[in-house]
Amino acid sequence: MSKALIELIKKNFGAAVLETHSLHGDDTVVVDAAAWRDVARFLRDTPQVSMDMLTDFTAVDFPEREPRFEIVAHFYSLTRGHRLRLKTRTGDSEGDDAVVDSLCEFWASANWMEREVFDMFGVVFKNHPDLRRILLYPEFEGHPLRRDYPADKIQPLIAYRDVPNIEKVAPFSVDEGMAFGRQTHARNDDDSQVN
Amino acid sequence: MGELKQTSTQIMEPGGAEGAGFATTRLEAVLAWAQKYSLFMYPFVTACCGMEFMSVSSPRYDFSRFGSEAPRFSPRQSDLLWVVGTITQRQAPILKRIYEQMAEPKWVLAFGTCASCGGFYDNYACVAGVDKVIPCDVYVPGCPPRPEAVLDGLMLLQDKIQTGNRTPAIVKPRQDPVVDQNTGLVQLRKSRTSVA
Repeated sequence: MSKALIELIKKNFGAAVLETHSLHGDDTVVVDAAAWRDVARFLRDTPQVSMDMLTDFTAVDFPEREPRFEIVAHFYSLTRGHRLRLKTRTGDSEGDDAVVDSLCEFWASANWMEREVFDMFGVVFKNHPDLRRILLYPEFEGHPLRRDYPADKIQPLIAYRDVPNIEKVAPFSVDEGMAFGRQTHARNDDDSQVN
Repeated sequence: MGELKQTSTQIMEPGGAEGAGFATTRLEAVLAWAQKYSLFMYPFVTACCGMEFMSVSSPRYDFSRFGSEAPRFSPRQSDLLWVVGTITQRQAPILKRIYEQMAEPKWVLAFGTCASCGGFYDNYACVAGVDKVIPCDVYVPGCPPRPEAVLDGLMLLQDKIQTGNRTPAIVKPRQDPVVDQNTGLVQLRKSRTSVA
């Protein structure tokens, strides 16, 4: 069935389909970003396709490629029982101009997932009703799942405590900190006099 | 009164077997004794360590034996803040505010590796240990820690309360894992006879 699905999309959006492949029953169609919304609507509204469920929506960053981001949507048809993976590509090598159309008007579940992709990758979704960060805080700068985000860069929301050596406060080496043991009596002044 | 007997308390029974005995002690010793056996806890449970927290608070391990029984879901009524699980940067202000709402004297126990040092969440999202935000008294490592380790941590905290010592303390493993001389790796499996 799914091979036929690919053929159907090719027939209707011949010029916009950049690439297709099928592997172990997983069928993927890569379309041009300009046709993203139309293909999605076609998948939902065509009776023999009727993709009524947006299972997953995410993105992948390929910094060496141009366009840089690959937007990935997984569809499932509850009525027909078939799946399809739809991809598109957007964004220049700096990660700017990463804009695709929002799918919120077709699948309500796209709302939060697109917000997450915006949060993590900085991809802007056109006509999204409420495009703001969903997991991170508004003060956060940059997009952490981009490959050029430094792996060890943290942006604390509140200031760390004002104590020396804050980077390593805890006594984590063998000889640091108060040793384990029931020390109630040995530490007591009165006892030491007795002893 | 076993603990008191060995600190600065003396029990005297001048009147023989039938006479009323009396005890002398220091005020702070009695106070610490009372505090360490009546730790009202605030469980700040954020992650999977919570399962182990439930285990240690349930009858099989039962830390209410140590007087740490009553959970108080208002920080204003609690003495001991259990930070159980990963603290994200976004959660750090909430944790700090909870801590600030607690009345003195108050203690903090970091339950598990994430709360102690962030563990493998060495990334943009997480705080590498609650001590970056609030002072911490006892660290119980483990992912998650065994209930026995948690009880060790609780007893260690009681010792700290009794002595008035606020140095950060860590529950250490009962025994270090054995390092294999040939490979230099820690042997986690129990020794068994190998068939060549």
